Amino acid sequence: MKYKSQKVAYWFFALCMLLFALQIVYGFIMGFARIGMDGLHEFIPFNTARAVHTNLLVVWLLTGFMGAAYYIIPEEAQRELVSVKWAYIQLISLALVGVVAIVGYHFNHWEGRKFLEIPRELDYLVVANVLLFLGIILATLYKGKRRTTTALVLTMGLVFAALLYLPGMIWFDSQVTDSFFRWWVVHLWVEGVWELIMGGILAFLLIKITGIDREIIEKWLYVIVGLTFLSGILGTGHHYYYIGVNKIWLIVGGVFSALEPLAFLAMALFAVYMYRKGGRNHPNKLALFWTIGAAIVSFIGAGLLGFAHTLPQTNIYTHGTLVTAMHGHYAFWGAYAMIVLAIISYSLPNMTGRKRYDHVNGHMAFWFSNIGILGMVVAMGVAGVVQVYLERRLKMDFMVAQEEVKIHFVVMLLCAALFTLGIAMYIYEFIKHGKPTDEALEET
Amino acid sequence: MLSKSQARSFFLGGTVVTFMIFIGLTIYSMAPSNDQSNHENITEGVIRGKHLWETNNCMGCHTLLGEGGYYAPELTKVIDRKGEGMIRAILQSPVPWQPNGRKMVAYGMSDADADAMIEFFKWIGEIDLNGFDRVVSPLAKDRVPRQEED
Ligand code: HEM
Ligand code: HEM
Ligand SMILES: [Fe+2]
Repeated sequence: MKYKSQKVAYWFFALCMLLFALQIVYGFIMGFARIGMDGLHEFIPFNTARAVHTNLLVVWLLTGFMGAAYYIIPEEAQRELVSVKWAYIQLISLALVGVVAIVGYHFNHWEGRKFLEIPRELDYLVVANVLLFLGIILATLYKGKRRTTTALVLTMGLVFAALLYLPGMIWFDSQVTDSFFRWWVVHLWVEGVWELIMGGILAFLLIKITGIDREIIEKWLYVIVGLTFLSGILGTGHHYYYIGVNKIWLIVGGVFSALEPLAFLAMALFAVYMYRKGGRNHPNKLALFWTIGAAIVSFIGAGLLGFAHTLPQTNIYTHGTLVTAMHGHYAFWGAYAMIVLAIISYSLPNMTGRKRYDHVNGHMAFWFSNIGILGMVVAMGVAGVVQVYLERRLKMDFMVAQEEVKIHFVVMLLCAALFTLGIAMYIYEFIKHGKPTDEALEET
Repeated sequence: MLSKSQARSFFLGGTVVTFMIFIGLTIYSMAPSNDQSNHENITEGVIRGKHLWETNNCMGCHTLLGEGGYYAPELTKVIDRKGEGMIRAILQSPVPWQPNGRKMVAYGMSDADADAMIEFFKWIGEIDLNGFDRVVSPLAKDRVPRQEED
């Protein structure tokens, strides 16, 4: 049984596709600048391109999480959303705030705090928007027929994500303190509460796709999010090693962040095991690919590649180099981009009634994008290791080392082209599915 | 076998305990006696410099304390490496500074703004970074002996 109000999710996902496409454009602007082709410097200097690239990433992922919640919560709570009208208003206002912020970045209007570039006055609008979103979700849950663990974990993730935005809005005179609390947002999001959101979506998808008993899936969901917080909260210390705070973080951050991969490992094992054990042969193979893929790639990108530079002894050399950029790409892709693409792949045929789930385009989208980004990550990783060696061991000048790694960015751009082809096919398939209909939702 | 309610207790318990420790450690490292940043030296000029650093999103290209973009050099010890005069020239230049072909935005800063930036960088340069400052950039004092050896 499906609910008509789930249709709202479609429009959130459509906005995701648009913002994701734009994100990639700005990625190319930076990639080309790095190989000396910076013809756009006058209008879109590197710092503008970077702020737009990373902010669009965060915004399209959050839009995807919201869409996921609007799709999942009615089904879990077994009732329609309390207000569809307000959900659309929330979507439009979210898009407006996003557009204003992005346009502002082209006119030197921002706050140069990595990942939190949105100016303070717009922050208040973001807060209002998120409160509206949470209001709709919480009211629906409250009035719903059941309260499942999956819905609870997903909602808890969303509520905590909103609360954790606040420390990033406090004003500090000291760069050190500013940076300290900036990590309460950035780290505790991606290595904390967003994992709850990911876990909630993953559990929902596994229940639907594998047909395994909810009680079993949800028990392991608690174990996974338990591991996440147990390691991730104190793991924040891995950003405090070298920014001018007490040495105690070298030990605390080192030990606990080294445990963080366990949560991702648990997620990967859980997904693969449930899939193997599951009796149901769900026809939506693409959703399965993206779901299992997210669980595995997040373990590699966040777990393994994160571990590779998280010990203080290593991080002293890699801190703030292309090694970090390499990890950032694969972790964000595996954990959050792929889980959003998974819920879209699962829900789209249900909302539109077009069962294109085994179309060859969809499979090519999966493989091209995954092979493409793996190539990008390897290229960036090689560049990063070379940079660390030349600059930090041999003490070469920054730009001398950068000249040496230019060639790896040529390779990176070639792989990025393959990646982009994959994403273009994904978006093409999205469009081909057509619009959502009430009839389609009633049927399934 | 583990039951669902045991799993839930593990989640809630672990979260509450680690979060309390995290708050405790935060208070500990923010205590004035554990300050490594010479907090008392943060003058009006330093604050103004930080403001300029943010409103121009310098961090979009450069790293500072190892945080930021990877397109342009780390600036933690920049005064040490380049000297005040050079920095002033770069910040006040009306055309993009591009020593190696990679362009910086031309800020054309006023004297007062350039002063504030320099004060900010001086304060940053004095912070005790638990050893990172000796690794992060080829410091003048680390390089000179090497060059003399050649
Ligand atoms: C899905 C989860 C994750 C995402 C999306 C992610 C993303 C990122 C990003 C974007 C950065 C750069 C931050 C900045 O400099 O502002 C970063 C830094 C870092 N990440 Fe992760 N990460 C994840 C999980 C992990 C895990 C599990 C570990 C450790 C095991 C880890 C270890 C690190 C370390 C040590 C840094 C600091 C690098 C430096 O000093 O420059 N990350 N991460
Ligand atoms: C065509 C594809 C892409 C290209 C060419 C590209 C290129 C780049 C470049 C050049 C940077 C700046 C690194 C620097 O500061 O020097 C960057 C940053 C970043 N990109 Fe991408 N990107 C692409 C796609 C993606 C995707 C799909 C994601 C996420 C799933 C992503 C996430 C990030 C993140 C998190 C950062 C900040 C990393 C950090 O500060 O450590 N990018 N990207
Ligand atoms: Fe982190």
